[in-house]
Amino acid sequence: MSQDHSALFPENLPIEPEKATLEGQNKFFGLWFFLGGETVLFASLFGVYLALKNSTAGGPASEDLFGLGLVFLMTMLLLTSSLTSVYAMYHMRNHDFKKMYLWLGITGLLGIGFLACEIYEFAHYITDYGFTFRSSAFGSAFYALVGFHGGHVLFGICWLIGLLIRNAKRGLNLYNAPKFNTFSLYWHFIDVVWVFIFTVVYLMGKVG
Amino acid sequence: MSSITATNKRGFGAFLWDYLTTVDHKKIAHLYLAGGGFFFILGGLEALVIRIQLIKPQNDFVSAGFFNEMITMHGTTMIFLAGMPILIGLMNAAMPLQIGARDVAFPFLNSLSFWLFFFGGVLLNVSFLLGGAPDAGWTSYASLAMQSPGRGVDFYIAGLQIAGAGTLMGGINFLATIITMRAPGMTYMRMPLFTWATFITSVLILFAFPPLTINLFLLMFDRMFDTAFFDVALGGNTIIYQHLFWIFGHPEVYILILPLFGLFSEVFSTFSRKRLFGYTAMVFATMLIAFLGFMVWAHHMFTVGLGPVANSIFAVGTMAIAVPTGIKIFNWILTMWGGQVTVNSAMLWALGFIPSFTIGGMTGVMLGSAVADYQYHDTYFVVAHFHYVIVGGTIFGIFSGLHYWWPKMFGRVLNETLGKVGFWFFFIGFHLTFFIQHFLGLMGMPRRYWVFLHDQGLELGNLISTIGAFAMAVGSTIFIINIVVTAVKGEKAVADPWDGRTLEWSVSSPPPYYNFEQVPLVRGLDPLWIEKMEGDGTMPPGEPLDDVHMPNGSFLPFLMGLGFFVAGFGFIYQTDYTMAYLALYGGMAFAIGCMAVRSVKDDYGYYIPKEELQKALEGEAK
Amino acid sequence: MTDNSNLDVKDSESFRRQKSKEEMQKQLISFALMIVFTFIAFAMVATESISRMYVIPILFIMAIVQAGFQFYYFMHMKEKNHEMPATFIFGGVWAAFLTLAGLVVISWW
Repeated sequence: MSQDHSALFPENLPIEPEKATLEGQNKFFGLWFFLGGETVLFASLFGVYLALKNSTAGGPASEDLFGLGLVFLMTMLLLTSSLTSVYAMYHMRNHDFKKMYLWLGITGLLGIGFLACEIYEFAHYITDYGFTFRSSAFGSAFYALVGFHGGHVLFGICWLIGLLIRNAKRGLNLYNAPKFNTFSLYWHFIDVVWVFIFTVVYLMGKVG
Repeated sequence: MSSITATNKRGFGAFLWDYLTTVDHKKIAHLYLAGGGFFFILGGLEALVIRIQLIKPQNDFVSAGFFNEMITMHGTTMIFLAGMPILIGLMNAAMPLQIGARDVAFPFLNSLSFWLFFFGGVLLNVSFLLGGAPDAGWTSYASLAMQSPGRGVDFYIAGLQIAGAGTLMGGINFLATIITMRAPGMTYMRMPLFTWATFITSVLILFAFPPLTINLFLLMFDRMFDTAFFDVALGGNTIIYQHLFWIFGHPEVYILILPLFGLFSEVFSTFSRKRLFGYTAMVFATMLIAFLGFMVWAHHMFTVGLGPVANSIFAVGTMAIAVPTGIKIFNWILTMWGGQVTVNSAMLWALGFIPSFTIGGMTGVMLGSAVADYQYHDTYFVVAHFHYVIVGGTIFGIFSGLHYWWPKMFGRVLNETLGKVGFWFFFIGFHLTFFIQHFLGLMGMPRRYWVFLHDQGLELGNLISTIGAFAMAVGSTIFIINIVVTAVKGEKAVADPWDGRTLEWSVSSPPPYYNFEQVPLVRGLDPLWIEKMEGDGTMPPGEPLDDVHMPNGSFLPFLMGLGFFVAGFGFIYQTDYTMAYLALYGGMAFAIGCMAVRSVKDDYGYYIPKEELQKALEGEAK
Repeated sequence: MTDNSNLDVKDSESFRRQKSKEEMQKQLISFALMIVFTFIAFAMVATESISRMYVIPILFIMAIVQAGFQFYYFMHMKEKNHEMPATFIFGGVWAAFLTLAGLVVISWW
């Protein structure tokens, strides 16, 4: 195991360091395929939600619960975090490690902001309306769908923090560039799911 | 940590450690076959219990409750813990070799996939020792599963959730492997049919398993945390479970059969010494089956009351699948037509498959007719149908594949005499068991009942069926004896015992741990055959001789599987004991901690020096 | 290496930077459009200015366009070497469509 791995630390990184190695290519394809599967996963949850959204069992309905202000704020936070992670990837391709870190850090903070809003929102529903995942089938479906998305955001944030810590001293190289790239793809996908959640759950729920 | 050091000292401890830490696709294939084989025996014993109970009217061999556990565990075990793992084992063994790759795309994940399957399967089966196995049928419909007392169904949920995660990873792994790691010249339309089938099966796994994950998740929350997805009093809807289950479940049956379609294509063309008839049609027929397979799930739900429009659409879709399947049957027959056919054990299983599977396909079309299905639904006719496709297709295929690739996987040729005797026992037993069940079903015998009554004309049929089941057990036992006999004094396999056509036969049996000293250059379909006809019979190298990069072995996948296993117990028991949260959080934390360890370390793998490969090449030349 | 080829490298480097700048611009434009779409969507619902018949399809179309921006511009799915990712995303969307159809259209009681 004494071989050197200098190939992974070239003097000049290639233009797309995330796809320069076979491992990087594999990670790139593997994550995209995973997202294809995730599409079906969220579709199942959306389907359950749509099938059960009128089953309120006498409890609060979507029109009574949702406030658009907070959801708009959450949408802006997550959309912006999507753009900041685009910036991070832009700087990765220019091999600017520091700027990449800066933008990834902002992405993580925006994600935490989003999550904080969501926790506040859930707490609000539970304490002020007594609306929990046990109150009605609608409640179960709502918390399952939005909670699954929130869980994905939480996972993404943990992933990002792990990446930032592990690579802080390593700098950008061919071994870890694919890791940043896969994270960014995952993060965009979470945003796509949120676009459908705010449309289907909140806006359509408000329209009735 | 590399596999070289482990093979040098051959103690049992070292041997075990080697397998616990391996990331080599060939060894993971062995693990899958061993694990799947073990569960196959278990599922087979459960089947025998079912058949003994039904040998005569109003038998009291087992109680009604235990009978429910038997039918549930037989189905669940055979599909999730025996069928799929053995198929994934065969894919692991053959696919990377067939495309000229040194390993799969994610060797570490490959090992994790196996251990998740293994621990999921063990979790499901320890339920027998802990107050009763799942008893709501392999489908575990919510309306029934919500009522099931005890923890059996909770074990079903936790076990399948863990095993399912492993399968999903395996699917993604194979997809990435086939897309990025084909040898030079190996274009998509030059891939062997088994590789194509692996690819398309992986697509099915990728899109079909998420609905199952969600479904199990919903059932888990309803049973363990009192949510209301399926609680009608709070507006829940149990039909959702049926839809999600069959959106997964129907592609699942194609996951079980498509790899074998690929395998049979290889076997027929190899033992007919002819190129596969209609290669392109075969590839597109496989794709078409997979595509249509996603759009017909509601034919399992004709009697739910979806209405005539929905039922008609799904009936037509179902019958449409017979077209691509028919294309395949005819192509196999035409492959043999005019070929130099060798009938050995592998070929016997393949020949037995054609009529058996065709009968299963025809009853499938009968069941696909929504009107007629009201008559057949939940009778033994359905039982006969799906055993004809799953045993006549999947199990026959697995036996054929084991005979075909055994020399490549283990370096010894399975005994032909025992192979043929075993085949005839199994084949005749299979038809005895299930053919008569068509008629039992038409006479009105419902499935899943633990007794039937006197004087309803069902006695003889059930007796014959039970006798057949024992003949199948004898056939399977002969195969196990064959494995032992072969291991003890089997004939050593040469690199190419069958005069093969594809790349796996161009390397020694068993292959070196790096597969290819130099990745081969592929000049067309059936690359090795081309070299035999037009070249010197060996594969030309597709790259200069150089150091070969290999992944390091790791014990972490095993530990992660163990962590999730413990967490599974935590989930199951937290409803009754607060202490169980310790297992839940502890197990999760342990598994995630292992992930963190894996993530923080830079694992660059190691290189096999050029000189070692040079030596191996010279050894082969002699 | 001759001077000539060095020049080529430099040229291609500046060409690439130019390209990625343009790419960045496109991404910014799509981001701006996404913000605008989101704003319109929320405004439509908040003001209740349009009847339900029209609001839901419009909301849905805007969501799909936004998802397209994410996939094609932010996740680079329009670039080459993304055929397989695109195939699998569309495969997932197809399976998702079927799942939704099953649960929404033919699921009652």
